[in-house]
Amino acid sequence: MSTIITSAPPASAGSKDPGHGGGVDYLNHETSIASWLLTLDHKRIGILYLVAMSAMFVLGGFYASLIRAELITPKGDLMSSDFYNKSFTAHGVIMVFFVLIPLVPASLGNFMLPLMIGAKDVAFPRLNLISWYVYMIGAGFTLVALIGGGVDSGWTFYTPLSTTYLNSNVLLTATGLFILGFSSILTGLNFIVTIHRMRCPGMDWFRMPLFVWALYATSVIQLLGTPVIAITLALVGVERLLGVGIFDPRLGGDPILYQHLFWFYSHPAVYIMILPPLGVTNELISTFSRKPIFGYSMMAGASLAIAIFSFIVWAHHMFTSGLSPYAAMFFSLLTFSVAIPSGIKVFTWLATLFRGSISFDSPMLYAYGFIGLFTIGGMTGLFLSTLGTDIHFHDTYFVVAHFHYVMVGGAIVGFMGGLHFIWPKMFGRMYPEFPARMSAILIFVGFNLTFFPQFLVGYLGMPRRYHEYPDEFQVLNVFSSAGATVLGVGYLLPLLYLPWSVFFGEKAGRNPWGATTLDWTHTESPPTPHNFEETPVVTGEPYKYDTLFNKESALAGH
Amino acid sequence: MQVTEKKHAQEAHDDHGHGHELAHHFVSVEQQHDAGNLGMWMFLTTEVLFFGGLFAAYTIYRYKFEKVFEQASNILDPMLGAINTIVLIFSSVTMAFAVRSAQQGKSKAIVAWLGATIVFGGLFLGIKYFEWKHDAQLHVFPTSDFNWTWAREKHSEGEHGGHGHDSHGPELKGYIFNSPVVPANYVESDARNPEAKQAKLFFFLYFSMTSLHALHMVIGFGVMAVIMAYAWNGYYTANYYVPVESIGLYWHFVDLVWIFLFPLLYLLGAHLGAGH
Repeated sequence: MSTIITSAPPASAGSKDPGHGGGVDYLNHETSIASWLLTLDHKRIGILYLVAMSAMFVLGGFYASLIRAELITPKGDLMSSDFYNKSFTAHGVIMVFFVLIPLVPASLGNFMLPLMIGAKDVAFPRLNLISWYVYMIGAGFTLVALIGGGVDSGWTFYTPLSTTYLNSNVLLTATGLFILGFSSILTGLNFIVTIHRMRCPGMDWFRMPLFVWALYATSVIQLLGTPVIAITLALVGVERLLGVGIFDPRLGGDPILYQHLFWFYSHPAVYIMILPPLGVTNELISTFSRKPIFGYSMMAGASLAIAIFSFIVWAHHMFTSGLSPYAAMFFSLLTFSVAIPSGIKVFTWLATLFRGSISFDSPMLYAYGFIGLFTIGGMTGLFLSTLGTDIHFHDTYFVVAHFHYVMVGGAIVGFMGGLHFIWPKMFGRMYPEFPARMSAILIFVGFNLTFFPQFLVGYLGMPRRYHEYPDEFQVLNVFSSAGATVLGVGYLLPLLYLPWSVFFGEKAGRNPWGATTLDWTHTESPPTPHNFEETPVVTGEPYKYDTLFNKESALAGH
Repeated sequence: MQVTEKKHAQEAHDDHGHGHELAHHFVSVEQQHDAGNLGMWMFLTTEVLFFGGLFAAYTIYRYKFEKVFEQASNILDPMLGAINTIVLIFSSVTMAFAVRSAQQGKSKAIVAWLGATIVFGGLFLGIKYFEWKHDAQLHVFPTSDFNWTWAREKHSEGEHGGHGHDSHGPELKGYIFNSPVVPANYVESDARNPEAKQAKLFFFLYFSMTSLHALHMVIGFGVMAVIMAYAWNGYYTANYYVPVESIGLYWHFVDLVWIFLFPLLYLLGAHLGAGH
């Protein structure tokens, strides 16, 4: 199947021959705990991230379940308003900063990037490990803050609320996030240098898998955006400590400046979350419809365009904050233009599917879900970028539903698809297909049941961030909470069958999906410690499929 | 980018021969050098944006409170700022020589030039220390200690050759640099004056930007000390000197930040005052 890719003349001498099956791979060549905690191997670091983020995801999900439980009834009968504030802040902080932002780049990206471009590792393996420790330290600070009393500012830390009026652990949380930012910066820096300097011979820019393009665009945003939120959070901390009014109108400062600085990072951060799953989806759609991506260069360009646009639309979060009408019109127009590269992506996938040999394997089920949910999330974003309608929708559940469609329906579903896709490469084992499909379907159904009613209830005017609401909103809220339960079951299943498969799953073989990128054709499953025994030489485009593909024979190792 | 295929795993495996010069995951020394170099440039990009948040805040408040920013800027001493600028440029020159020495593989010269860089950098921070001490006497630290009425009065007294604190009652000492304690009527006067808050914003920006800059210098000292120790032991060769080059880029960046800070903070008063 790899007729387009040939190997360099064999040059490795004296290295251990891994053989096929039962040989030396990155999982079993060292097994002590220290070998994991001190590893410089990008594959192991990816798994360290995966474990840490899964734990954070469960914790963030726990807080989400508290919120949904409270909202079953119109009265605040389960928890105090104060504790409710702390719950949605904890949910937001954990999910945004500790799960969604690093989710795909740090786990799947770390694992796949060097494999996809034919490198032995990322450019700076030590920095890569440091970034994981920085993540853990940041998480430690934040968890101490959340457990030791909580934070109730919302994940946005708006001033002067966060700097002047709150007595909760704002400072400690901000410290945690400040530290965490460097983890994101280091990962982004590492990826950019890796993509620029570590590609194997013949791997031109336009022969890279599209996931790599997405990681590149993401890394640019991480690199340019994260330092701004770091200095902004530092200013919030200094203002709390010293009583300087940099964002406090009573002391001459300007709270809108905070919003500008905050969203200058936090809007692009949305694209940090969604671009890598968009990239993963390319790999899924292409592999499981056995067709090259329609319009490869448009797709690569769209990733970069989204990265660029992401930096010039931030003020659409501030249409009701007293922005000048001219600035608001400008930002509204720019925001609409993000729909163009996003639309390019969706239509490109549809064109790829058209007359493809489409399968319904579980990664592909996630990809189908992704296309639909991302489209709904994106289209409802247009309601919010329209100045007139945004006045009505601002800070209602419509906004909550919109960004959950993009963040959960897009990013998490895309991640799940990617994880199922990459799993055989990671551990050399297949997960059981039936529960995997069940999980994909449950997540899709549960997700829609949870969040579609929130569009309606938001349209009717229910504001976000209150633990009580008028009686007439109860039916929709009960639907939403019921959906959250289904969604929870959908997430729980992979937590059971994926770890199970590591030990008991069917052996996957080198390329169970019949994919054509280097990570599948030129590495073992699981890969050897240095990925490639011989540096591959690429002579053609990344996606080129045999028309006939037999999964059974692929699993048998051919 | 077309990587030459000549070097390969083989080389990575017997790299004990040339020790640290080529890490296992790079194909060639050139690739490793390019990667380190690009990495440093990327890091400096993040630094630009890190400082950028403060520069953005400065721009906005400078626009909103032009008059007070002019007065506040006049409190600072442009002569000391100018001397520091020259000192820092000298440190950049010595740093450039250090990098040149590294390219030529002259280990001892690296140590000497980096040492000279630290000396100039230390001189800069020494001058900064005395500036900050003077600022403390004027009560312009943006804490509860801040007093704009006092600062303006003492500053104009200083300019006209008066001896500030002699005329003001008992000599109580404050908590920063033993600065004199501000009498209660000055605190009241500040509370009535909205410009005091605006001036405090200027000095907040002044101290946060210059101290963040100073922090970068101190971190630079630490890294230079480590590199000096390695260089002393002949760790760097004409083939492998990425760390020296990287600290060079870093130091020039730190220098460049100051080139922006100096006019924005010290010369602003003269610039705005000239129009009146």
